[in-house]
Amino acid sequence: MSDAREILRVEKLGKRFPGVVALDGVDFSLRAGEVHVLLGENGAGKSTLIKMLSGAYHPDMGRILVDGAPVEIRTASDAQRLGIATIYQEFNLVPQLTVGENLTLGRQPRRFGFIDTKRMHEQARELLERVGIDVDPRTRVSDLGIARMQMVEIAKALALNARVLIMDEPTAVLTTTEVQRLFTIVRQLRDKGVAIVFITHHLEEIAQIGDRVTVLRDGRSVEEVPATTSEEELVRLMVGRPIDQQYPREASSPGEPLLRVAGLTRAGVFSDVSFEVRAGEVVGLAGLVGAGRTEVARAVFGADSYDSGEVLMDGRRLPSGNVHAAMEAGLGLVPEDRKGQGLVLGADVAENLGLVTLRRTSRGGFVDRTGQRKAAGRVATQLGVRMSHLGQEVRTLSGGNQQKIVIGKWLLADARVLILDEPTRGIDVGAKVEIYQLINSLTASGHAVLMISSDLPEILGMSDRVLVMARGRLVGELDAAEATQDSVMALAVTEVEGARVH
Amino acid sequence: MSTNVLSRQPVMKSWLAENGSLAALVVLAIALSLLSGDFLTVTNLLNVGVQAAVTAILAFGATFVIITGGIDLSVGAVAALSAIVLAWTATGSGLPWPVATVIALVVGLACGLVNAALIAYGKLPPFIATLAMLGVARGLALVVSQGSPIAMPDAVSHLGDTIGGYLPVPVLVMALMGVITAVVLNRTYAGRAMYAIGGNEEAARLSGIKVNRQKLITYALSGAFAAVAGIVLASRLASAQPQAASGYELDAIAAVVIGGASLSGGKGRAFGTLVGALILAVLRNGLNLLSVSAFWQQVVIGVVIALAVLLDTLRRRGST
Repeated sequence: MSDAREILRVEKLGKRFPGVVALDGVDFSLRAGEVHVLLGENGAGKSTLIKMLSGAYHPDMGRILVDGAPVEIRTASDAQRLGIATIYQEFNLVPQLTVGENLTLGRQPRRFGFIDTKRMHEQARELLERVGIDVDPRTRVSDLGIARMQMVEIAKALALNARVLIMDEPTAVLTTTEVQRLFTIVRQLRDKGVAIVFITHHLEEIAQIGDRVTVLRDGRSVEEVPATTSEEELVRLMVGRPIDQQYPREASSPGEPLLRVAGLTRAGVFSDVSFEVRAGEVVGLAGLVGAGRTEVARAVFGADSYDSGEVLMDGRRLPSGNVHAAMEAGLGLVPEDRKGQGLVLGADVAENLGLVTLRRTSRGGFVDRTGQRKAAGRVATQLGVRMSHLGQEVRTLSGGNQQKIVIGKWLLADARVLILDEPTRGIDVGAKVEIYQLINSLTASGHAVLMISSDLPEILGMSDRVLVMARGRLVGELDAAEATQDSVMALAVTEVEGARVH
Repeated sequence: MSTNVLSRQPVMKSWLAENGSLAALVVLAIALSLLSGDFLTVTNLLNVGVQAAVTAILAFGATFVIITGGIDLSVGAVAALSAIVLAWTATGSGLPWPVATVIALVVGLACGLVNAALIAYGKLPPFIATLAMLGVARGLALVVSQGSPIAMPDAVSHLGDTIGGYLPVPVLVMALMGVITAVVLNRTYAGRAMYAIGGNEEAARLSGIKVNRQKLITYALSGAFAAVAGIVLASRLASAQPQAASGYELDAIAAVVIGGASLSGGKGRAFGTLVGALILAVLRNGLNLLSVSAFWQQVVIGVVIALAVLLDTLRRRGST
């Protein structure tokens, strides 16, 4: 394995953006038939590196070699010609078109100038077989789940005869079973000689799938280690210091109930959901993807309306489907889709942080912008947001820093019950711990947190109580003491199987 | 980090990046003063101001809408309808002119509210809702006036005059509306909410901004600004004409976009819009002074609009 042919080599690669050095000398090499994991905190330079390999950015210094010869990758088609395919977290599929059309996009087989649908579907079927998924090529991509969309993306890369496949956090949005299926396919590709660059924040996946690991920190490649390296050592390399505790939960004694949800129902989505969240508590909401957790959270917050049941803050009933009222009552929501729902990407840090408090700080319709800027500066410092200045566009921040800003706007608003939907998805270890510490300080000051997460260790490590949802119903409540991965998973799946019997 | 957290980007560079259209206006003015001796005279420049005024006022209103990511095609027609209503209620029905003026402004505002209601609650695309309003408002202007111009009341017609024989009132109105626009956009809750909605409507909604209500305010402002523009235009002509301001909505949108706003929302400034309107007016004036035929003028203006936005796009791409 170790003497396998080197396909790709990157030497002293560097890239500057106005005010930021994104990459500052990265070395990296990739052999045929290996899975090479890129590890690093958000902002360490992983995204910049893969964007340079895929032709989205052009390096300021250093060089890229393919098959030993220096190359210029200026556009996506340059990368394609060199056999480099990238699967981003945001998929590059046209949702309105079918799977077959997406797989052959731009190269549809033609007959007499018309698209030969039959041949197109045959080609697509063949590609889908190679990644081992059973999808009709005539299905619209928008009708597929995320896991299947990802498989279609992989099939598309194969269609272009990719020799190098770069996967940016492919497991971030998958369930445990889906991850295992993805790994099977990745291993098959590797055995056929494809070189794979694999980015993940889940350390436990590295030993399972990887061969070598390159660790990036602050825009430099720190070290290259075998994938069998211990998780502690990897974390140390990644953050430059050991992290004592992954889940630093400091439980405080719960006080008065702040939020009460009773019999909440929306036909076909969730039914009869009842729970309460008390002051000083972290309540975890676990379940499989599609169990209805996000939908319940959005309904509680008023982002969507519900059919029956009630939501009470401090014993007072909130109107259905009214974000403003929920907010006034002291609720806050950090949505799952950070970029799509949490941030105004084109606006700056100060503007985003002040979004929720905009109304409150206005007098007679006029906004106190100086006061807002000062408050934003305070919160940004408190949260340790890594930015060049408050006027920096949020678009240019890393995922972890963007998430801090979404949470920060609710800190400014002093929300007493904060609903966090997948708060650490796609965020590196260092930023995760910072967010956990933030949760601790919130609950210590009498606030409460309702946390949805698909990361079971996180739910178990941070919650005082765990609620489990399956198929739109609340199927169980476990105390922190009695909750284990097994007991939570058992609850999350039993109902599903039970429902299938009927 | 904590000390420089409040500091801003390098001032000069960001100023140029933000004010590319102003630089273009200056270059254009210098070029024209070299080409024609008549350009750089007080009379001519004030004349340019008067020519820019109506477009600029319409464009200020359109700036609000475009910042929210919407579009308002009805402003020209609403301007004409408002002016007709003023002339008809004052001259035709004998109402006192202040009352008639208020009614005209309310008509503009109401047109905007109808647009907003169709967009916010009826979920019509802004393009369609305001296109429909364009037809309705223009049609109502013709119905009310029975297709003929109506004389404006003398008191209002002074809006088209000059103060002390040289300072044109339309230029003053333009300046006033510009200041109002800048203050609304930068200092008020409504203005900041417009940027947030245009930047990411869902994020704005989930941050507690009442998006529908803010859209009502936005389009109402656009309607009211259109009414002001209509009254200024009719005052200059001393009569309200049902076909006045035809096609002005496109000039207004062009001015906003030349001024650096993005049609996808979230970006735009009052000063940029003013510069955009001035570029259009200077260009028309200059081409007249150089005796370029009216037919070719249209071609030149089309090319300039495309160039302005193209340069802007390229500059933004270069800076990121």
